[in-house]
Amino acid sequence: MSAASPTHALLLATLLFAVGMLGVLARRNLLLMLMSIEIMLNAAALAFIAAGARWHAAQGQVMFLMILSLAAAEAAVGLAIILRLHSAGRPTLDADTGNRLKG
Amino acid sequence: MNALLLPLIVACPLLAAGVLFLSAGRMPPLPSCVIGAGSVGLSALMAAVLAIGFLRTPPPTGALHATLWSWMQVEGFSARIAFMLDPLSLVMMLIVTGVGFLILLYACGYMHDDPDIARFFGCMTLFVAAMLVLVFSSDLLSLYIGWEGVGICSYLLISFWHADTANVTAARKAFIVTRIGDAAMLCGLLLLATRAGTLDVASVLQTVTARPADLQAAIAAFLLLGGAVAKSAQVPLQTWLPDAMAGPTPVSALIHAATMVTAGVYLIARLHPLFASLPVAMTAVALIGLITLLLAAGSALVQTDIKRILAYSTMSQIGYMFLALGTGAWQAAIFHLVTHAFFKALLFMAAGAIILRVHHRQDIYQMGGLAHAMPGVFAAFLAGSAALAGLPLLTAGFYSKEMILQGAWHADPMLWAGALLGAFATAIYIFRCVFIVFFGPRHTEPHGRTGATMAIPLVCLAVLALTGGWMGMPDAIAPVHLLSHLLSPLFGASMPEGPHWLLWAGSLVPLAGIGVAWMLWQPRTRTRTPPENALARVARAGWDFDTLYDVLIVRPFTTLGQLNQSDICDRLSDATAATARAGGRMLGRMQSGQVRRYAGWIAAGTVVALCLGVRP
Repeated sequence: MSAASPTHALLLATLLFAVGMLGVLARRNLLLMLMSIEIMLNAAALAFIAAGARWHAAQGQVMFLMILSLAAAEAAVGLAIILRLHSAGRPTLDADTGNRLKG
Repeated sequence: MNALLLPLIVACPLLAAGVLFLSAGRMPPLPSCVIGAGSVGLSALMAAVLAIGFLRTPPPTGALHATLWSWMQVEGFSARIAFMLDPLSLVMMLIVTGVGFLILLYACGYMHDDPDIARFFGCMTLFVAAMLVLVFSSDLLSLYIGWEGVGICSYLLISFWHADTANVTAARKAFIVTRIGDAAMLCGLLLLATRAGTLDVASVLQTVTARPADLQAAIAAFLLLGGAVAKSAQVPLQTWLPDAMAGPTPVSALIHAATMVTAGVYLIARLHPLFASLPVAMTAVALIGLITLLLAAGSALVQTDIKRILAYSTMSQIGYMFLALGTGAWQAAIFHLVTHAFFKALLFMAAGAIILRVHHRQDIYQMGGLAHAMPGVFAAFLAGSAALAGLPLLTAGFYSKEMILQGAWHADPMLWAGALLGAFATAIYIFRCVFIVFFGPRHTEPHGRTGATMAIPLVCLAVLALTGGWMGMPDAIAPVHLLSHLLSPLFGASMPEGPHWLLWAGSLVPLAGIGVAWMLWQPRTRTRTPPENALARVARAGWDFDTLYDVLIVRPFTTLGQLNQSDICDRLSDATAATARAGGRMLGRMQSGQVRRYAGWIAAGTVVALCLGVRP
């Protein structure tokens, strides 16, 4: 099995990132937007791994671990906000109504 | 030691003004009065000591000098802050501090229940300090500091009760009209400075008189005359003075009767060699004086507001001083300045006492029959009126006016005739005021009493208004020439006196005027309502100079301004503003509050930044 070249890995990362960004921009559902952000974070992590493999440096994997924990924290905070909104009497996940939070 | 007193006399009220202003209005009435009147009283005391010393042992050069510091020193020009005491500034100093102290004492009673009394005394003491700088300066540039200082104090005090828009408008008018003169005066000073390389009075006069008078000197003289005319409320820049009566009455007495408005007379007397070398300037001064004194006397004849009568009378009397200056009777002008300061301050303060007791009414037709209710004030007002009318032998105004009439006779009998007509009108208008205010049926019941702080200055000034003229009598009565003798080192010997019948004419005309006033306005006659024909209306409005200036100057100027409002410069700045506003509106639309849009903009921005960064 031939190792994937860094160029291919980066291409895949770009593709993943584009998919994630498209999800953030096009989706109105808050949950799906969170998931899309996860995809974007993973794309970034993949780029780090590829770069670490290319230059045989450990930092790439260190950054991957950090992004992993960051993504977990982000998901926790995001989900908490969604739950809080829900309990505050907004039974919707539509992100575009978020500008009516005043009051 | 004496020269040291000069700056101290100025510093005293200046320090008081500093203390009163720094108290930010929190100083209670009594300390305000004590500091305000006390500082000027101290100045008056020092001035008296200085004057006695000066008269007893006159300095060898004829003047005391005190140079404070050198202001600027550049190639071809130097200016110093320097004080000088010569006979002319001695007389002015005694007037400013002496009469000023009496007026401030009076103001303690007049303003005692005003909440802003600290500000009032602050402005008044600052005014006294500025006026003293004006009269002491031996350098025209430091004189100009005093000149502007009294102008700003006049502005502040006219608008003292600034809650009323009319007062503020009057103050602004006074400031702008005198400003026109001040600008002319500054130009004149600069012109003199380019000739002499300094503005020291002695050097300037030496330079001017060393050469025969040329066009440049004439222009400078006329520019300075412009400043004097505006400050002294002479035609054609006289319109501000009647409106300036909006200020409190002590202000009218101090600034708009006794001291500041005579600054123009002082300036011309100070620079008299410059004017004397230019016959055309002298004629202009005399004519301005004559026209002003006749026009103002005519206006005073039909006024209904007691303070406006006195304001027009002030203009008219300063017109006499200008007439005297224009005919070369310098001593007469200063003599009349002194007596006028006494009796006009007295008249204003008596009028103030009346106004306080008839519930702040100023219309003479609403007063009437006050002679029994306030005999003291009546006596004071009568003394002032007699002095103003020039009642022969008994009053100060007679002697000084007589001297002016003599001077006018020597220059041109026509000027003398005009001045005599003015004297006739003066007697009529002031005794019209006396008869209407103090005789006949009572229209307003007076209340209260005139307190001691107000009565004492009235008594002092009444005595001065009656006896102050004895320092200069015509030879036919008694050969006393104290003032002329004092001033002669500066102005030269006074003129010889004319024939005796001049004196008779000068004495009989005021009596005739009083007789006419009695016939027209005695209690039994029915003409005790203001005249309402067209001529009277025009005269009451000050001969409609305001309307004239409105049509000739103000309206064309505002029209020009409106036309000019959207020229290319304004368009440019307007366009900048419009672009900024439109851009703001567009960018504001981005802030919709929708997260997805923000994310989109961030993504787009990142892509653009990346493209720019990666570009080879």
